[in-house]
Amino acid sequence: MAIELHPLEQFTIERWIPIHIGGVDASFTNSALFMCAAVAVAIGLVVLGARRRDLVPGRWQSVAEMSYEFIAGMIDDNVGNEGRDYLPFIFTLFMFILFGNLLGMIPYGFTFTSHIIVTFAMAAVVFIGVTIIGIARHGFHFLSFFVPHGVPLVLLLLLVPIELLSYFIRPFTLAIRLFANMMAGHTMLAIFAGFVTAMGIFGFVPLGVDVLLIFLELLVAVLQAYVFAILTCLYLRDAIHLH
Amino acid sequence: MELAAAKMIGAGLACIALAGAGVGIGTVFAALINALARNPAAQVTPFAFLGFALAEATGLFGLAVAFLILFVF
Repeated sequence: MAIELHPLEQFTIERWIPIHIGGVDASFTNSALFMCAAVAVAIGLVVLGARRRDLVPGRWQSVAEMSYEFIAGMIDDNVGNEGRDYLPFIFTLFMFILFGNLLGMIPYGFTFTSHIIVTFAMAAVVFIGVTIIGIARHGFHFLSFFVPHGVPLVLLLLLVPIELLSYFIRPFTLAIRLFANMMAGHTMLAIFAGFVTAMGIFGFVPLGVDVLLIFLELLVAVLQAYVFAILTCLYLRDAIHLH
Repeated sequence: MELAAAKMIGAGLACIALAGAGVGIGTVFAALINALARNPAAQVTPFAFLGFALAEATGLFGLAVAFLILFVF
């Protein structure tokens, strides 16, 4: 029973409109299309939701207001008052990743967050931005973040490298968390889908597993967007408050 | 040993890390159930989901190493 499985074909990038500027390949790919779609859906949700300014909101306005309140509440809880300046950035980040993940759940849709370069770009922006914010606010005192309070000197020699390592690993863990969740989820869906036809009469078993997995993947799509946003808030809190 | 065979074995071994993810996720939700059983009005569910995502992430780092071994080297 030879099973022809190609679960990783779904991640290939197809150039739909080849564009070459200088030596750089800036083609419009399927990934670019879904990024544009995610942005369009996010803008549509908020712009169409804010059309009416009813005091008691209807459904669309409710959704737009709830999404704003969710992020604003998250920032207030985790960063405090100074975090309000960064609300547009974190809202954009959350919406982009959320709709990127969710659009990938549409059958034959492409999940652009399942590519490490996309998630690493976002994580690098967050990390570099948060570090610059910390250095701009505190100057050299920012380095006191790596030296915990009230620690004897002997332990400091061990502790400071560990603190530095755990700080500089943040962009990588942010990126890999989102990338691995998305890639592993979609790969599992494709593998079980491949089993459905290969198992003949018992094909309904992997089909049932696939249905359950789709529920799990929808949960993971929303959850990973939330985790990316809340970790950004926590890193921002570290940079602003230094503890 | 051929490189392809070694890659398969390496990727399979790297997936053992997912056992830790299973234990971690079980611990997080056991704590959630305990907390809600003692005090149903406690608002700890967002923390439970955050903890679940972070625990799962560690297991998926192991899976990422498996993918790395299989497809990059």
